[in-house]
Amino acid sequence: MPDQGHPTREDQIRSGSGFSRRDFLKGSGAAVAATTLAQSVSETEAAQQAGTKVAPAKASAVKLDINGKAVTVTVEPRVTLLDVLRDDLSLTGAKEVCDTTNCGACTVLLDGKAVYACSVLAHAAVGKKVMTAEGLAGQGVDAVAQCFVKHDATQCGYCTPGFVVATRAFVAAKPNATVEDIGKGLGGNICRCGTYAGVIAAALECSKKGGK
Amino acid sequence: MAERKHAWGPRDQNVLIGKEITRLDAPTTIVGSAKYSADINSKGTLFAKLVTCKHAHAKIKKIDIEAAKKVPGVKAVHLFKDIDENEIKWDGDLIAAVAAERAEQAADGVKAIEATIEYEVLEHFVDEENLEAGKTAERAKELGSASEGDVEAAIKGAKVVHKGYYGIQTISHMCLEPHGSHCEWKGDDLDVHLSTQNVSGTAGQFAEPLGIDEANVTITGNYEGGGFGSKFQADEWGLAAAKMAKEAGRPVRLMLDRATELKTAGTRPSGFVEVTVAADAEGKVVAWDSHHWGTDGPGGGGVDVQQLPYPFKFPNFKRSQTGLECNTGPNRAWRAPPHPQLCAMTQTALDDLAAKLGMNSYDFFLKNLEFTLNDKAGTYAEEMAIAAKAIGWQEKWHPRGEGKGPVKRGLGMALHRWGGGAGPCTCEIKVHPDGSVETFLGSQDIGTGTRTIISIVLAETFGLPLSGVKVNLGSSKYPTSGASGGSITVGGVSGAHRRAAQDALWTIFDKVAEKYKVEADGLSAREGKIFAGKKEVCSWKDACRLIGPMPLVVKGEGPKKDGLTADQVGGVQMVDLSVDTETGNVRIHKFVCVQDCGLILDELTAKSQVLGALIMGIAYSLSEERIMDNKTGRYINADLKNYKLPRIGDVGELVAIMHQPASEYDRGVVGLGEPPVIAPGAAISNAVANAIGVRVPVLPLTPKRVLDALKKGGNA
Repeated sequence: MPDQGHPTREDQIRSGSGFSRRDFLKGSGAAVAATTLAQSVSETEAAQQAGTKVAPAKASAVKLDINGKAVTVTVEPRVTLLDVLRDDLSLTGAKEVCDTTNCGACTVLLDGKAVYACSVLAHAAVGKKVMTAEGLAGQGVDAVAQCFVKHDATQCGYCTPGFVVATRAFVAAKPNATVEDIGKGLGGNICRCGTYAGVIAAALECSKKGGK
Repeated sequence: MAERKHAWGPRDQNVLIGKEITRLDAPTTIVGSAKYSADINSKGTLFAKLVTCKHAHAKIKKIDIEAAKKVPGVKAVHLFKDIDENEIKWDGDLIAAVAAERAEQAADGVKAIEATIEYEVLEHFVDEENLEAGKTAERAKELGSASEGDVEAAIKGAKVVHKGYYGIQTISHMCLEPHGSHCEWKGDDLDVHLSTQNVSGTAGQFAEPLGIDEANVTITGNYEGGGFGSKFQADEWGLAAAKMAKEAGRPVRLMLDRATELKTAGTRPSGFVEVTVAADAEGKVVAWDSHHWGTDGPGGGGVDVQQLPYPFKFPNFKRSQTGLECNTGPNRAWRAPPHPQLCAMTQTALDDLAAKLGMNSYDFFLKNLEFTLNDKAGTYAEEMAIAAKAIGWQEKWHPRGEGKGPVKRGLGMALHRWGGGAGPCTCEIKVHPDGSVETFLGSQDIGTGTRTIISIVLAETFGLPLSGVKVNLGSSKYPTSGASGGSITVGGVSGAHRRAAQDALWTIFDKVAEKYKVEADGLSAREGKIFAGKKEVCSWKDACRLIGPMPLVVKGEGPKKDGLTADQVGGVQMVDLSVDTETGNVRIHKFVCVQDCGLILDELTAKSQVLGALIMGIAYSLSEERIMDNKTGRYINADLKNYKLPRIGDVGELVAIMHQPASEYDRGVVGLGEPPVIAPGAAISNAVANAIGVRVPVLPLTPKRVLDALKKGGNA
């Protein structure tokens, strides 16, 4: 039987009380969150002092700006932006692949800058504009996406939305990029099928056109 | 009436076939709107996490899964191993799963269970390269031998004899979308979104263990984030998701975490070899004698060496093998099994023999093409000439180790073969009275462009634009189609669709002939119209209105021996690279693959298969490997930071040349996914040897292995 007590997806809220165990990443991120969420300061500090001990962490409401829409979710401080996008909002363009900031499959734009959504706590994204791969598509046919299609810069496609978002930020910052520039600028994304040749061709063309 | 025969049309009349067609689902996948199994999140979905073993070999003495049930948010728990009964045989094997309202709550549940587990830790062995240690630990098993001719006499009479040691380490599949599923019960029916290469073949794997009818199970797999041979099964974690979904009365999504994906969901076996190989004064190989070892995990097998030396049959050969039973994750088929290892173990030794003979590797391989299998010698020779021209072999080649300064440049080559015949496929095509066309088949597009090539075949046959046909795949409720593995999908689906589409077209032609009083034999469909010779008879829509009120439904089947598809492909790869002898770093400058594969349906996606294979080849040749810690028995680099895959700046210039003489087109369609991933290991290793003058014996050629080989020196 379905659990009647649990919050519905339509609310776009998946609250949880539970316990939290903070590792380095999540502890340090929570400190950032504390600057924007006064009500959770003492709780965050207490949890950090608790070190690696299991400590309770209350879920609280976070108001986010995702693809130009205001969204509120209620999550614990330890929950990443990636989990909120995927599990709370069903925005699955950002993929969970490594969850350790190594592969770039979860790349989103935060105030226009490419970041790994697995490295950002949801509470730390407050006051910032989050743009996902779906958001780029929502702006009309994106020039970067078109170049990816043209140069077949995708196979299984699982890394591709992350690559597209990273390329969007890269070409905006680096017009007329060389292959060497692309090697460095898009080196934060991993593909397993081996689409790099297509991505290089796509990025070269987009960069030449200044991302337009 | 002339005999109607299923066939491809003349090459020069094709509108779509053989052109560079962008993949049809790319606009969906690229912007993230395609839903993979890991993305399915229907109302009420619970998220699952796994408890895995931290020991290489152990028994569980105590575990309390109830501990997780007290954790807020946890709704279901599953135990994989019975206490005391099941030995755990590798680091990362599954113990329990926890499903909760939220992922972090499931992780809390995992921790709660972990705190209760007591293990009896048993002796482990993971030192897969060390044959002697394996024997001492009583983990070695003789796997048999084979021989032909008189190897000893041939070696005695040979001009040059080379003895060498070579190897290739275990790698993991590292699918970016991990293995897993989303399971949802609707009454007695189970809906599974499965990340799979086997949409039609997995429903029974859920039904039987769950005690339900296969008819009650629907497998959906619209998109799959990489499988490479490892995703054919429901797997114990798939069943766990279904059971927890039942227990909780809620859908459950269970995808493996990254470490478990690497440790448990598939590895490619390692292979090590001591080989003696001999040639006559002309440079022709007269004898091959090899002993192999390595591991495929707890099974105690190894690389299947039946096709070794690869891909040659020398007049005299002998080979034997010892398998090592290791406390490492089990193997699964990895793209072109086991050819990449066979190629690496054979053609490195052959290249060292060529160096000993004082021969240019190109001349040596050319001379020995007569020993290749499947009458491909002539094709290989053509491909070698094309590849040599593309890379500048004759201008750039030099004897081994010549070159001043710390950075040395070298050339290497290798060749490969693969079957790639058509796999089983049934499809059902509907031509609707309004002229729209769709097909249904229980196949899958694993990133190889299956949807696109089916659309190309249908649109070409009916003379329609690609937008005029719709492909429905990815459901086990559609007509049964084979699993996608072994490069058999493209032949399977294209043959079945061409047959069905031609049958449908002929039916429509007969109706047009009757209505418009023309000869059916002279009709053709192109540009959305029906023509009699050069004269337009009617539009496609007009023709389809003659079908009647219901759609025309035609089944297509395959494979058939009617010439639409074939098997056996080959290719040649050449690489130009530099080795920094101070750092051990290898840098690829240019990597050329010349590949034959029969009739190409989509030149763009065909080239992408080749380019992708070269990159996967660079990965296993230069950086990626499973690293087992002998002391703890653990897989210590099971993450994307320490499991080194090349990044976009690491691959150099890649060139895919599709070898497409008329004779290839006339063969029909042959699969391409596997073959180009086979030769990179040997080609790159040979180029490094050419650059630095010594053989780095074991792949991947990491900086450490390169520096170690330089320090040791010697060897050819």
